[in-house]
Amino acid sequence: MSSSKRSTLIVEHLRKQQMWESISKGKRLDGRNLDEMRPVEIELDIIKKANGSAKVKIGDSEIVAGVKVETGEPFEGLENKGALILSAEVLPTASPYIEPGPPDEETVELARVVDRGIRESEMIDLDKLVLIPGKVVYTIFVDCSIINADGNLFDATSYAVVSALISSRIPVFEIQDDGKAVDTGKTQDPPITTMPVSITAVRIGETVILDPTAEEEACMDARITITTNSNNEYAAIQKGFTGAFTVPQVKKAAEIARIKGEEVRAKLKELTHKSG
Amino acid sequence: MSQIKNLIDDQGKRTDGRTAEQLREIKIAVGIIKNADGSAFIEFGKNKIIVAVYGPREVHPKHMALPDRCILRCRYHMSPFSTDTRKNPAPSRREVEISKVMREALEPALMLEDYPRAAIDVYVEVLQADGGSRCAGIAAASVALADAGINMCDIVAACAAGKVDDKIVLDINDTEDKEGGADMPVAYMPHLDQVTLLQLDGILTAEQFNECLDMAIKGCKMVYQIQKQALMHKYFGNETELKEESQ
Repeated sequence: MSSSKRSTLIVEHLRKQQMWESISKGKRLDGRNLDEMRPVEIELDIIKKANGSAKVKIGDSEIVAGVKVETGEPFEGLENKGALILSAEVLPTASPYIEPGPPDEETVELARVVDRGIRESEMIDLDKLVLIPGKVVYTIFVDCSIINADGNLFDATSYAVVSALISSRIPVFEIQDDGKAVDTGKTQDPPITTMPVSITAVRIGETVILDPTAEEEACMDARITITTNSNNEYAAIQKGFTGAFTVPQVKKAAEIARIKGEEVRAKLKELTHKSG
Repeated sequence: MSQIKNLIDDQGKRTDGRTAEQLREIKIAVGIIKNADGSAFIEFGKNKIIVAVYGPREVHPKHMALPDRCILRCRYHMSPFSTDTRKNPAPSRREVEISKVMREALEPALMLEDYPRAAIDVYVEVLQADGGSRCAGIAAASVALADAGINMCDIVAACAAGKVDDKIVLDINDTEDKEGGADMPVAYMPHLDQVTLLQLDGILTAEQFNECLDMAIKGCKMVYQIQKQALMHKYFGNETELKEESQ
């Protein structure tokens, strides 16, 4: 059951006032402009046992994503498509407010929103990942571990997944005479069609800012995550948190997501290319 | 998502005979559960959803209570018989997410600071699912909350819009959701002119997005009229007429 909860990180009232004042003047407490993102750092291929991996840092938020490819049965109703399974876990290392245990609703939402961005943009052409139609397909697991949380986990996790997938080399499986799939030891590039980029904006009072820190998220009224594809079309949106947006605020956020999305896409391309 | 054409025929009619800007038939009955403080039953196309509201009431477990406001708890659940293949009754990740977005869609309309240390529980049970059950659930839930006499600053109306055969249409049904191009559920407070839920699955260009959002909001305003009528009917309507209808 979903329940309203006390915010885990409590920002002192004085600090909140400072933040409001600062934001109303167009500057944030860490000196950023309202639409300025923190620097994004990406390290690729840090887990050699995975088929692809990436560590992404946005400010102090730090995420590791790993890709593992196996073969398995297709999903019901999607018999002629490979399977993509995405999970996310906020590790107890990530902040003093996280406890180990089954994923809470925020983590479930995080994983599902990131998954939606990848899936709806059709980043991976799942039609190309079929071995025996209806019986055996490639199953791509992308598992994300949030190792430090300082806000904007939606974007950071999404960038980690995209980077890990782009830099991955997936094993080539062959079907033997007995119908079993066997790893040939060769690898191939995954069938990538587009590069989804997620942009998260939050509303604090009447101001909308991008890439919130944990402290800013503790003061936010509402959040919106918008994913665009390489053609700069919208692929997925999720409004979150307990406040509302006016219609002009939504439209403006959508426009910003397209503009900023392009910038981030260029940066991700550059970062994943260099070491890849 | 593979696009299958011909979800809209030459006359602009959709698979269920509607035009692009037409809602499915919506019926809302208020106060259908005796024990609940507020309740509603909605038929939204083939969706059949009951919502019960309990509260404001004491919070259990007690440590969940907040000193300055009421907590809102929301459970969206699908009955095992509500879908084509039986749904496992255990809560799925989808239901966990919908429970959360539903709560967040309803909270902006509620004056929770009026009931400190209390809880309001909203139980949404989908008896039969068609496309757009989260919107139908939200629409019914805000009627049930009003029926429970909770202080509210607006009613939350909800309706989806989406893309079918490259055209923007209102209120996507089950077939269109599975075969169509994009689905965008929206919840909206008509008087405050604010969006409380917005999700999108599928590809939309910038122009299509704006058109889709405007279309969904138009739909929400239509749903709002039906919500208002349902409440008026319970509290000011002809009582004998109401009895006839419920039989």
